[in-house]
Parts: sequence; C-alpha cells; structure tokens
Amino acid sequence: MKALTYDPLNIVICGIGGQGNVLASEVVGSTMNDLGYRVSIGETYGASQRGGSVMSHVRVSAEQELGVLIPRGEAHFIIGFEPLETLRIARQYAGDATRVIYDPRPVYPQGVLRGAQIYPDMAALRAEIRSLCAEAREIPAADIALACGDARAANIALLGAFSCLDGAPLGKDDLAAVLKQRFKGAVLAMNEAVFARGCATMEGGEL
Amino acid sequence: MEWNMTLNEPGRVCLMQGNEAIVRGAVEAGIHFAASYPGSPSSQILGMLGKIARERNFYAQWATNEVCALEACIGTSLANARSICIVKQNGLLCTADALHCGAQHGVKGGLVIITSDDPSAHSSTNEFDSRFMAMSADLPMLEPTSMQEAKDMVPYAFELSERYRQMVIIRLTTRVCHGRGNVTLGELPETTRPLRPVGEWDRLVCVSYRHMPMLETLDSLQEAFEVCPYNHYSGPEQPKKLIVAGGTGRLYAQEALHRLGLEDEIGLLSLASLWPLPERRIVQYLQHAEEVLTLEEVDPFLERNLQAIAGSHRFTIRFAGRGDGALPRVGELTPDLVAEAVSALAGRPLPTRRDETQPPLLERDLNFCAGCPHRATFHILRRVLRREKNPGIVVGDIGCYIMSGQEAGHYAYQACNCMGSGINLAEGLGQLTAYGLDQKVVTMCGDSTFYHSILPGLINARYHDSNMLLLVLDNSATAMTGFQPHPGTGITAMGDDVPPMEIRPICEAMGCKVAEADPFQVEETESLMAELLSQPGLKVLILRQPCATLKSKSRRAKLRVYVDQDKCFGDGCGCDRFCSRVWGCPGNSWDFAKNKAVIDPVSCVGCGVCAKLCPAGAIVVEGGEEQ
Repeated sequence: MKALTYDPLNIVICGIGGQGNVLASEVVGSTMNDLGYRVSIGETYGASQRGGSVMSHVRVSAEQELGVLIPRGEAHFIIGFEPLETLRIARQYAGDATRVIYDPRPVYPQGVLRGAQIYPDMAALRAEIRSLCAEAREIPAADIALACGDARAANIALLGAFSCLDGAPLGKDDLAAVLKQRFKGAVLAMNEAVFARGCATMEGGEL
Repeated sequence: MEWNMTLNEPGRVCLMQGNEAIVRGAVEAGIHFAASYPGSPSSQILGMLGKIARERNFYAQWATNEVCALEACIGTSLANARSICIVKQNGLLCTADALHCGAQHGVKGGLVIITSDDPSAHSSTNEFDSRFMAMSADLPMLEPTSMQEAKDMVPYAFELSERYRQMVIIRLTTRVCHGRGNVTLGELPETTRPLRPVGEWDRLVCVSYRHMPMLETLDSLQEAFEVCPYNHYSGPEQPKKLIVAGGTGRLYAQEALHRLGLEDEIGLLSLASLWPLPERRIVQYLQHAEEVLTLEEVDPFLERNLQAIAGSHRFTIRFAGRGDGALPRVGELTPDLVAEAVSALAGRPLPTRRDETQPPLLERDLNFCAGCPHRATFHILRRVLRREKNPGIVVGDIGCYIMSGQEAGHYAYQACNCMGSGINLAEGLGQLTAYGLDQKVVTMCGDSTFYHSILPGLINARYHDSNMLLLVLDNSATAMTGFQPHPGTGITAMGDDVPPMEIRPICEAMGCKVAEADPFQVEETESLMAELLSQPGLKVLILRQPCATLKSKSRRAKLRVYVDQDKCFGDGCGCDRFCSRVWGCPGNSWDFAKNKAVIDPVSCVGCGVCAKLCPAGAIVVEGGEEQ
C-alpha cells in the first residue's frame, strides 16, 4: 500500500444534482478500498435531480477510522462540476495546500434566469478560486463528454484529470481498470474516450 | 451494488453504503421476509433486497404503505419467520398504533425494524427523532456509528428479538444511510431457521394484561444492554470531563479529541443501545464527572435522560449539548460543530481559520427536472385559478410536487401537512363552501401516494360529497425516492410482472366523477380542468405523463430541441422571456451575449412542450422518436 500524501486525505466532489457526483465518489472510494485503504464517504444527495447544490466527501487513510464529513478548511482536493459550486466549496473547505480541478461551464441557477439573482462575474470567480488554493485547473468536462456522445459522462472526464494530478491517491491505470469493470461495449468505449481526453487536458499546464 | 450483498467470502473488505450494510446484515441473519415503503434516506434497502431475494430464498415486498409493511412482518413472526421492516422517520410515525400494540404482544420469530431519521431534513419535510418512539412504545433501540456496525447490528438485533420475544428497532441517520465505509463481510448462513406451523395456542394478541410482562421484558433488555458489545469507552478511568455520543457523534468526537490532543484527558462513552439505557454502565463514568457533553442527532434525548440518571443519583454535573445551547437545537451534527463544542468543554481553543468576510454566494432553488410533467400541471393550474373571481385554495401533499410550493410551481399551495393529508384538508374546506366560503378547493396527490394513504380520504370525500377537485399526478413512478414500483406499475420488488391496479376504475368504483388528461397537451387540459372546477361536488382529474427521469432511462433517441435565434425576439418580444423566466425548465436557458433564448443541450430531455408555448414559435423540435 502506497503512503498517502496526506493522512487522512480529503477530497470534496461538488456540483449540482444529476451530474454524476455520487458515482464519481463511489468510483474513487471503492478503488481505494480495493487497494487496502480505509475509506469514508459522505454523500449530500437531497437535491439530486432537482437542480440544487450537491457534494460528496471522500476520505482516505492508511488505518484511521474516520467520520464521513470533512472539517472545514481540510480538503486536499476539490473536484468541481460547475464553477459557482466549486467556489462555494473552496470557500468552506479549501486550505493552503488544496488542489482544485473544475469544469468552468456555468449552469445558471433558476433565479439567475428569472432575473432575481446575478451569476458572479466569471473572471472574478476564477480569480477567487485561484486565490483560495494552491493550484486550480479548468477542465471542459461537459464539452468533452458532449463531444464524445453523452453529457452524463462529464464526471469521467474530471476523474481522468484528477488521476493525473500531483499527489492524487490513485493513478490513471487504477481508474482505467475500474471503467473496464463497470462498463461494456459501446458505453465502455465512450467512457474510455472521455477519460483519455480528461487526462490529456492535464498535459497542457495550468490555465 | 448487489454483487457484494450475496458474496460468500467471509473476511473480504468491501466499500459499502450504510443502506447496503443493512442489506448485507439481513442476508447474514438469514431473513425470511422483508417489507418496506420507500422513504429517504433508507429507500435503497428494500430495492436491493428485492433484487437478491430469489437467490437467497426470501420474500421481499414494496408494501402499499408502512402500516401494511410492519403488520405483515408481525404476521410472519407468528410462524417463526425472521422479518425486517424498513421505514423512514415519518413512516415509523405512520406505524405508531401497530408498533405500540405489537410491543405489548411481542413476537415469536425475530422482527427488526430499520428506521432512518433525516437530521437537517436533507430529503424530508421535517426533522424527527425516532428515539422517542422506542421510549413511548417500550421497545429496545440500537444505533450504529459506522457502516461495519450497521451490518453487524442486524444479526445482533435478530438474536435479541428472539431471545426476548420483542421487536428491536435500529435507528439510522442520513450520514450512515448515505455514507460509505469499509465493511468486513461475515458468513452467509447455509439454511434459515425453519418456519413453524402456528399452533392452536400460539398467541400474539394485544391485551391490557400484557402491559406488565412487556415492562419486564424491557427490564431484561436493560440488563442485556449493560454488556452490549457496541457500547464503547475510551479515555481516563475516572473522567472529570466526559463526552457521551450516539450515532455519528462518536467519530466526530474521536477526530476532534485527536486533533486537540485530548484523548487522555476527556472520556468518550459511545452508546449504541439507546433504549433502554444501560444505567449502571453510564453511572460508572458519570459518577466522577463534573462536566458532560452529549453528541447526538436531532433532539436532546441522551442529554435529558442522562440528566434524569444524574439527578436520581444526586450527582452535580454541568451538562452541555443540544438542550443547553452548546450545540444548535436544529440541524445535523458536523465535525466543525463537534470540534467547537469539544474545544469549549476542554477550554482549549481551536486553531484559527481564514476569515470569511465575502458576501454570501447565491443559493440554488430546487426545481422540477427538465421535462417534468409537474411543471406543465402547475402552469395549467395557475392559469385556471386566475380565471376565478376569488383566488382558489390549493392543498399540497408529499411527493416531488411538494416543490410546487416554491418558485418552481409558482408558490401553488397554501397548506401541506403529512403524506396523504391533502385530500382530507381539502375535504374539510370543501364542506365549508356550503357555509359561505366562496373559493374553489383543489388538492393533489401522486400515484404512489394515492395508494399509500389517499384511498380512505377519497372514500370520505365521496361519501360526504365534498365540493373539491383532486388532481392525481400520475407519473407512473414513486419518483421522489428513486422509482420504486407501486400497485399501479404492474411490477413487484422481486421483479414479477403482475396486473396493475389502475387508478381510474378504483375511483369510478367509489362513484367519483373522473376525467383524464395529459398535462403536456396544455390547452386541452386547461379547458378540461376549468370545466371540472365549475361543477359542484367531488371531481377527480387524473393527469398522466410519465416522469421525465424515468423516460430518460429508456434508450430511445430523444428529440432535438433548439431555439431558432432569428425568430426569438429576446427582450423585445413582450413575453418576459417566457421560456426561461416563467416556464422555468432547466433546459430553457438564456444566451446573455446575444440576449436571446437558448436550449441547454446538457439539461434538455427533448419533451418539446416549451415549443408549443413559445409565443414567437422560435423553438424547434426535430428528429428522434416521439416519447
């Protein structure tokens, strides 16, 4: 069992309901379980499929038994499916060492479309995310997934990028193996294409 | 993931959700019978049990409601079967009469009730603390602190249930149900205990003289809980400062004590046996304590009961917890709240955090999904009621359509109580229309709720001919909790195809005036609803259109919907951005750069209803198969 960069190692996966947040956390968690680590996951699911903010906490340790929620300021990685939600989580959970990957494609809250709320200025939003953590990378996950045939695979693009981050608890090969277990045929091929393009975005350096 | 529910590899470590751990525990306990009605956060349990029931040779049922589920389990117990009943907090309240009567007559085969509380009401209308139900019914209750304990406690609870011939309740909370952790698998039984013919003198009867034996059973259980293997203590032998934790509190406290380096200074007593409380074990640690912090979900149940124990022993202790303001009175525990309370108990400050002075970020309103038929229904209802000279009265009920009380449904209703209550609130108001109340009365229910608890109310409203309209929002699913089958779907928990019980003939057999419409045929449905509302007496309108999420699970190619921006007049149209502002579907977005409407291809499910409503005819629907 490889030593973890941090122990416990804390990951927050955030977005809005229906983006595949819970599946992403479950894939990371069961991969770490199979590698022999202790894993705790807390899913906040109340708004699933209903457009609300959702997040999952994934915690990994060599031997410590952990509660399912991460204390504020203690996330080492944030995986964001949407920029506003990434900022929301970074404000609560990011610390000086936090690395963030996120999809910069905004999904407007209904209040913004209705004209009752204003979506934050994207430049200011990006700058604040960067100021709150050690590293922030933008991954056009939904665009990648749409281009490969199914928008619902955006989570796989983000997982691909995550596995290529410095200090990530699992590598590209670990996750590629999980995809083969979970999917078959054309669906597997599509997910593998999305995963590979997610990994490839990390070769372009920090945005 | 059903594969590790039936995996016969004792000692293997799997990552399991708390709900999965309960399923695995039930399989390891060798159950004969399982019944439930869906309710978050524990809906997944029976769904998984249904999928593996044949393989493990037991019976699993999505019951019509929680009372049916629990009473069926009590019935099977008479024949020596091991039965498990799974409910959420509100479902446990529905079973209150059966639960209290059942406690008085006890059980023969083991009967374990799983109840899930939802602190912070993540997916509920209210917070509730099930522990008071155990106290009220004089029933034993356990609560796990981890996924491993959740699994292990199920066979333990069955053993207790059979040894003491009493039902045992296991209380879960959302963070256990929807958390995941490592679980070491136990052995799968090769056979289940044999069913026994019910003899002439076998009895499970609730009679008043059973009251005393029931209390004696509870006394015996209290003795058993003095040595309950799931109660833990760590820390100094005679703690001056003590934390007593139930459920999630244990791991939060452990982590906070570790971070503050207080493990040798402050005692941590973690209690899994919540009722009856093991008094001697508690007194062993309480007798030296000067200060006690209780960590528990929802109400100050442990705190108040510990105060009673301390009082009866004349201990002088300062108690802190939810009851005294050391922790908030509402909302779930978090590691941060616990760390603050532990730091206050120890008088040792936490490391300071970054200052958070930015203005708060905008929140996201909950909304009906893209393509949801309820959006059309509430659009129509609003238009119909606007034709009336007085505003109508709308009464809500429990299901996805509860969101119609928010912006998503134009704040449709004025009242919403518990599941199945809408018909009865409306029935009362409908009677007042003969006594000077000059308003139209409308209520609603979903298809699953119709079977669950509307039927007696509908009989009442029909027999007394209340002047009201019931909308049955039939989307062919128990959508809110994850598409479990109900008596209208024609499928069972174990996957058998059975004849569905159609809503319309049930209503007609009662003598109700019934009409049916498709909410996606907006204009026709609007005329029909207005026509029904103008008629006196009880009317039922069944609005049929399958749930959009259910449809998106099918493999059929969806229609492509897009905005022809040359035809969209933007803000110059006078429609007030009807599609994105009024209709409000997540698929209808706004192109802020061009100031024109746009369809979000990620969210849109291709229902095409917005195209019928756009006054400029700018929304185009093409391709795919009609759904």
